[in-house]
Amino acid sequence: MSELLWIVALAPFIGAFTLAIFGASMPKKIAGAVGCTSVGISWVCAVILGLNYTQPQEVSIGWINVSWLQVDIGLRLDTLSLAWMEVVTLVGLLIHLYASQSMYDEDGYSRFFCYMNLFVGSMLTLALASNLLLLYLGWEGVGLCSYLLIGFWYKGVVNCDSARKAFIVTRIGDTALAIALFILAWHYRTLGMQAIINGAPPVAATLVALLILGGAVGKSAQIPLHTWLPDAMAGPSPVSALIHAATMVTAGVYLIARLGNLFLASPAAMLAVAVVGTVTLLYAGLSALTQRDIKRVLAYSTISQIGYMFLALGVGAWNAAVFHFVTHAFFKALLFLSAGVVVDAQNHEHDIFKMGGLRRALPVAFWTFMIGAASLCALPFITAGFYSKEAILGAVHTSQAGAGWMLACGLIGSLLTAAYTSRTVLVVFFGEQKMEVSKRPGGLVVFALVVLSVLSIIGFVGWPKLHLGESSEQMLVVVSTVLVLCGIGSAYVYFSRRQLSEAFAAWPFGNALHRLSLSGFGFDWLYQRTIVNPLKAIAHANRRDIIDAFYTGLAGAARAGESLCKLMQTGRVRNYAAGLVFGAIIIAYIVAVR
Amino acid sequence: MILTLLLIIPLAGGILSWMVARWSVLAARWVAMLATTAVFVIAMAVWLQNPAELGAGTRLIEVNKPWVPQFGLSYHLALDGLNLLLVLLTGLLAMVAVACSWQEIQHQAGLFHLALLTLVTAILGAFLAFDLLLFFFFWEAMLIPMYFLIAIWGHENRRYAAIKFFLFTFIGGLFILISVLGLYVYAGKGSFDYDALIGTAMPAGAAMLLMLGLIFGFAVKLPAIPVHTWLPDAHTEAPTAGSVILAGLLLKTGAYGILRFAIPLFPEASRTIAPILMALGAAGVLYGAILAYAQSDLKRMVAYTSVSHMGFVLLGIYAGNAIAIRGAVLVIVCHGLATGALFVIAGAVQQRTGTRELSRLGGLWEVTPKLGGFTLFFALAALGLPGLGNFVAEFLVLLGTFAASPPLAVIAALGLIASVVYALWLVQRSMFGLNVNELKPADLTAREVAILGVLAALLLWIGLHPQPVFDTVDKSLTTVERALPTGESYE
Amino acid sequence: MNNVPVIHALIFAGALFAIGALGVIVRRNLVFVLMSIELMLIAASVAFIAAAAKWNQADGQVFYIFIVVTAAAEVAVGLSLLLRIHHTFKSVDSDDVSLLREEGER
Repeated sequence: MSELLWIVALAPFIGAFTLAIFGASMPKKIAGAVGCTSVGISWVCAVILGLNYTQPQEVSIGWINVSWLQVDIGLRLDTLSLAWMEVVTLVGLLIHLYASQSMYDEDGYSRFFCYMNLFVGSMLTLALASNLLLLYLGWEGVGLCSYLLIGFWYKGVVNCDSARKAFIVTRIGDTALAIALFILAWHYRTLGMQAIINGAPPVAATLVALLILGGAVGKSAQIPLHTWLPDAMAGPSPVSALIHAATMVTAGVYLIARLGNLFLASPAAMLAVAVVGTVTLLYAGLSALTQRDIKRVLAYSTISQIGYMFLALGVGAWNAAVFHFVTHAFFKALLFLSAGVVVDAQNHEHDIFKMGGLRRALPVAFWTFMIGAASLCALPFITAGFYSKEAILGAVHTSQAGAGWMLACGLIGSLLTAAYTSRTVLVVFFGEQKMEVSKRPGGLVVFALVVLSVLSIIGFVGWPKLHLGESSEQMLVVVSTVLVLCGIGSAYVYFSRRQLSEAFAAWPFGNALHRLSLSGFGFDWLYQRTIVNPLKAIAHANRRDIIDAFYTGLAGAARAGESLCKLMQTGRVRNYAAGLVFGAIIIAYIVAVR
Repeated sequence: MILTLLLIIPLAGGILSWMVARWSVLAARWVAMLATTAVFVIAMAVWLQNPAELGAGTRLIEVNKPWVPQFGLSYHLALDGLNLLLVLLTGLLAMVAVACSWQEIQHQAGLFHLALLTLVTAILGAFLAFDLLLFFFFWEAMLIPMYFLIAIWGHENRRYAAIKFFLFTFIGGLFILISVLGLYVYAGKGSFDYDALIGTAMPAGAAMLLMLGLIFGFAVKLPAIPVHTWLPDAHTEAPTAGSVILAGLLLKTGAYGILRFAIPLFPEASRTIAPILMALGAAGVLYGAILAYAQSDLKRMVAYTSVSHMGFVLLGIYAGNAIAIRGAVLVIVCHGLATGALFVIAGAVQQRTGTRELSRLGGLWEVTPKLGGFTLFFALAALGLPGLGNFVAEFLVLLGTFAASPPLAVIAALGLIASVVYALWLVQRSMFGLNVNELKPADLTAREVAILGVLAALLLWIGLHPQPVFDTVDKSLTTVERALPTGESYE
Repeated sequence: MNNVPVIHALIFAGALFAIGALGVIVRRNLVFVLMSIELMLIAASVAFIAAAAKWNQADGQVFYIFIVVTAAAEVAVGLSLLLRIHHTFKSVDSDDVSLLREEGER
């Protein structure tokens, strides 16, 4: 049975390989079929494995065996990786189906599915890896696919720049993770996950945990390495849904949950995780409030929701974090996909203020977006998002590590979430219609949307129920519900009354605030000025290699000496004779003096 | 006999190819191809046949005949795991070099193949020689054909590059000669034989000076900063085949020299100087990467990535523990494959578009998707993407270095970030964006796809199953490890 | 002969040699240069003869014969070179014949 694990991980890779080699000569239908089938096989195997899951199981073959270092290509299934495997294959399959229809008119269709399959394979490798090096392989692999897919429309320089930015920024985090791997490898003399989880943590546990956090922060787009994610929206919508919402960006959550004991060994690192999560969720919520690009709203919302997960991790609530990952994967994928339908229907227009009134024209997109938005807002009792978010807030409330201010920030975060989500819904789907609908979703697209909608609602089934025993927890639910409703209400009021928004825009401070939020609080500006430009300047200043100047200087000196000596070579016999005579005189003088 | 055959086949093939070229250039190409294939096949056969000796760490094959006995010069060739691997690489890249000049070299093709195959012979000789003077002979013999390859078949600025290459490596070679002679005198056995000279006792100061001489010569070839500046010029101006051989093999002779001669012959001195050389290696990793980013010439960019990667080699060798050294050897192999492929690509681009200037390229993916795909693949290999050989190699180097010196490991790890910056920049500027210059090059031919496909498959294979490489070299590296027992644990 | 001190002969020879050397250096006409060279040779011969007289040895006179023969040969070669130079350069000015210098840097 456990051999099925190989199929789960390998099927997408085989699909990618097939498409890479034969894709160019394949008809589109077959390319799409190959792409979906490989993920489908993976999903079926994952479901079989999931239904029969009783205890952790492992399969492996040899990889590197040098000195004491023995690393296998090994896959291990336990409850944590099970959750990731199921979500990745299921959401992956749905998004592949969606994309097989929505991307049909694009050039490079087979290339798209090649990258997507490669991504699913890498993501599964990441989640199932039984050692850290293989996890790192998957980790980099998903980063690569993210790069390739953001830059899928390679003719646009902006897309390419965004893609590069994503890869480079996450690579900074990856390098921190790699350094953590070195420390762990020398400490445990292995990179096997079980040995590391069960072994005594190293002396420098805080350092290691912080380095791992660095990796997680990069991949999961948390402050301060979050700037790549909003730009990553240059990619096609299915990519945003799969990579930049549902799966890859939560890899950091997975990593921290996986190596939880290293973090538990260091309260400082735990606090750091919680602080990163808290700050990020507020920051991203505030930035999302003013974005005009529908996908950027969702991108900031993703950053914010992952902030919640980090907060949960930081207070030790691994379960709540994973729960939120699952529900978030469903509803955020749903939001991105229906946003994709909207964008496609509006001639690839991303600006929400150029849309409007799509409620009637695109009913499927409207209803699915509404369900996703409700889940994102954590509308009480009827949405999956509610249960997972309450689990996090409850954990922050009850945990030893949780602090009052974290809870407060988390609650404010739900207010912000409700506000920006309803703003988007109101602007896009209500009001008067501004543009004709140019493309309607096809059958597969609708299918994927409906399945994800259902999952966004019932995604909480199977997770531990909320226990509302204590009055303080009941209070928490009430407070957060009230805040959510406030958020929705304020958005409604703000957008139904023109004069309010005009007054805000006219107010200089409000205007400045708006611009600040729109630019993501100037992180890009700051990094550009303080890091990117100076480094670029240094590199370009040294373009011709300063060290070479030494050697060209040497050559120059030789040449100068040559021209100096050459002065004596006049070519005139008389001068030579004079030299001869003077030489003779000097020698004669020396001889005479001695 | 086999070893002598390994030297004779390429040399004879070169001469034959030169003579045949008067009647048919195509026949000359095939002769050269056959000769290089023969070298590869022989090496492969030896590799597949001798697992027992490899496991025992003894020499697989050895020839030892007196040559000029009055001077203690002997014709001593031997094959062990380390140089077997390099001979395999030589055979493979020589085939690649012949194949990729199939269309590029039209002028004096016979002479070109003579020079190329003489060069291959000299490289093989340098890898196989176990007599120091013989080694020096082959070392210097590499210079002359390479000089002509650059000076005759090179690009615009070829004379400058050829002379620069010659001066640097020749001066480096002189230092090697001095050290070899000094060692001969100190040993006092009247022999230049490797086995006779190893373990020579001498004053620490003298050992240090002699070793520095060797290291200088090898570092120039490697190249380590600050003696690397010949490399970008030579790489840029050389014809494609020359760049492939230069990056894939010639640089490796430097690393091989360190592993085979500098460390085992002078263990104490090596231990003393290891930290400095490690620092140079780590600095090279970063410095090369930063310079690569700033280049606007495709070949020059790839050349600087070589400087960066060879920094890993130096770092790994002198980190001194088993993991780092094996990583360094794997870098040698993978860099040969990946950078060789990148030069083939650069050559293909230049041949089709007439320029290597990145600002005049762009948007090539649309017209040449195969070329684009391969460029992307090898750029990813260069940046150390997990799953490809370079990742395993660089990871092991960094892991091993971390025990010897955590700060240097961290500095070199920053090179991983820089490598992403330059590799993606390379791909983007050549392949992505709009095809504003309206270039209409033809896509890769079947021959080029075959070359690049083989190299890509090898990199993938090493990335997922590097164990055969480790098993091959494992035992022949023990002398190096014993000489440098530094850093077995970082705590 | 004996009443002339040898030092006078040597001073005379030195002066003659100096005049010849100066002539070689300053004269541009190759005919004069040749003549100056002859002067230098003669100076050497005078010194030899003076030395021979001083020590009553015949060696100096033998050397004188040698020098005369060499000078004759030298004049023959020199004059024929001079003729060729005159033929090629239409000049007997030594400064015009500076071909040893690199082209273009005259």
